[in-house]
Amino acid sequence: MSATKFSNPVVSWIDHRLPIFSAAEHFASDYPTPKNLNYFWNFGSLAGFTLVVMIVTGITLAMSYTPHVDYAFGSVERIMRDVNHGWLIRYIHMNGASFFFIVVYIHMLRGLYYGSYKAPRELLWIIGVTIFLLMMATAFMGYVLPWGQMSFWGATVITNLFSALPYVGDAITTLLWGGFAVDNPTLNRFFALHYLMPFVIVGVVMLHIVALHRFGSNNPLGIDARGPQDTIPFHPYYTIKDLFGLSVFLCIFAAAVFFFPNFMGHPDNYIPANPLQTPAHIVPEWYFLPFYAILRAVPDKLGGVIAMFGAIAVLFVLPWLDRSPVRSAKFRPIFKIFFWVFVADCLLLGYLGAKPAEGIWVTLSRVGSIWYFAHFLIILPLLSVIETPRPLPQSLSQSVLGGSGAMAGAAAAPKEKA
Amino acid sequence: MATKSKEVQADASQPENKSRRDFIVVATYAMAGMGAATAAWPLINQMNPAADTLALANIEIDVSKIEVGQSITVKWRGKPVFIRHRTEAEIAEAEAVEAEALRHPETDTDRVENPEYLVVLGICTHLGCVPLGQKVGEVRGEYDGWFCPCHGSHYDSSGRIRKGPAPLNLEVPPYAFTSDNIIRIG
Repeated sequence: MSATKFSNPVVSWIDHRLPIFSAAEHFASDYPTPKNLNYFWNFGSLAGFTLVVMIVTGITLAMSYTPHVDYAFGSVERIMRDVNHGWLIRYIHMNGASFFFIVVYIHMLRGLYYGSYKAPRELLWIIGVTIFLLMMATAFMGYVLPWGQMSFWGATVITNLFSALPYVGDAITTLLWGGFAVDNPTLNRFFALHYLMPFVIVGVVMLHIVALHRFGSNNPLGIDARGPQDTIPFHPYYTIKDLFGLSVFLCIFAAAVFFFPNFMGHPDNYIPANPLQTPAHIVPEWYFLPFYAILRAVPDKLGGVIAMFGAIAVLFVLPWLDRSPVRSAKFRPIFKIFFWVFVADCLLLGYLGAKPAEGIWVTLSRVGSIWYFAHFLIILPLLSVIETPRPLPQSLSQSVLGGSGAMAGAAAAPKEKA
Repeated sequence: MATKSKEVQADASQPENKSRRDFIVVATYAMAGMGAATAAWPLINQMNPAADTLALANIEIDVSKIEVGQSITVKWRGKPVFIRHRTEAEIAEAEAVEAEALRHPETDTDRVENPEYLVVLGICTHLGCVPLGQKVGEVRGEYDGWFCPCHGSHYDSSGRIRKGPAPLNLEVPPYAFTSDNIIRIG
């Protein structure tokens, strides 16, 4: 607004005409953030960082990759052996996908635990679930590109899900394949879409951030910040905390890339795709396993597909299933127990998804799947009614400083400046 | 280090003395900058020629089949190489030229291993077009060598620039006769 806001005259001149510096300041320095965020609040910016890493390594990989059934596998092997640092870039991209999901799953569980999806942040949550869906589509199509056995048969199985739809199923699968089976046209379009989707995600992430900044971050207490005594500026306090978390994350990520690059992959994907033979045991990447378990738990083709998509769809309506006005699990003793049971259920489903679809595993998958839906459709609505939450603290400052709200905050404010 | 301490001093001269904190800030930025540069290098270097590209960097040609006065074009590292079996007249013409008077002074003997065979890259040193003059009946320019149709550069029978915008002679690639008739380029 005012041209005198910035001391640098060039910055000031530009900002008067194109307020990018004001916008940056609004989004970083001015942005008041609850002072009690814990390390679980690092995962949003970590996810953003991982998205950038995936886009940068993806673009560089695309410079040496050939999306053709006869050359795709060979071009990936060429990247691993001949292209300068190709092995590093590919391992970063490959493990980056897994780490992206790890980060996003923790980010989502953070939201579930602290009730970040509740009013007024319902849209923020819904946009987040949309990003999750887009990520799944992107990851799936990316996994097809190396054109190994798992790529090919994963693509076959997932595209065949759509054939379960009545009447239009076959037409849709034919459309997706561009032929009568997964083949060169499928690989070509998957490459085009895999390149496009991350940029769509960037766009939706921006919406996510705009929606976040409307009411600011939720916090571990789940109560609203009442004023300046409850908040600190995002920059430098949380930028430095995010950077510290980022360096810890990068240590773990680098360890995976350099020492266990294939730990989260399948050896079968180093066998070139063979449309005439399915591998004996085919499983999706680990991050799809819980949903895969739900798919297989239902003994009906269409039913399984509906259950699998329903497992994600239920997240969209979550803000209206959990009606409890208290956000944080800290003050919801019964919800807290069920939250951890739910986490255990997701891990169990993930484990079952990797097991063969027979005997005890199927039974357990059914129990796990039923619990998954019961958690959202029965337990959460019921808890909203029967649970008595513990008393909430007066303000964020009171809880942080143990003193009496505003007074303590006012006393603490000058200290922070020193 | 020099820039770092300079910045620290500059800030320390401001009213508030906060040079220790500034040192930490500058050191942090410097570390982050080095980290970013280190991370960026593989992403840039992957665009350099890959190992398999470098492995294909030399070829062998049998020149015994080229008649006197005839030229052939071979592909080496993705670029055309002109090999001309020169006539006596062309050799004499190339050797007669006063090198000092040329735009890019080189004698003919500096440019050939064996005067009978001239080996040059078929890429105009102006803006990279392929000059004419290889095939029978093509324009060879005013100096009996090659003529670049893009911007009108004339090269002589030793591939030297004689007229037109090109700054340098046609480049002689690294090559050697491995036997009387075999040339190894690269």
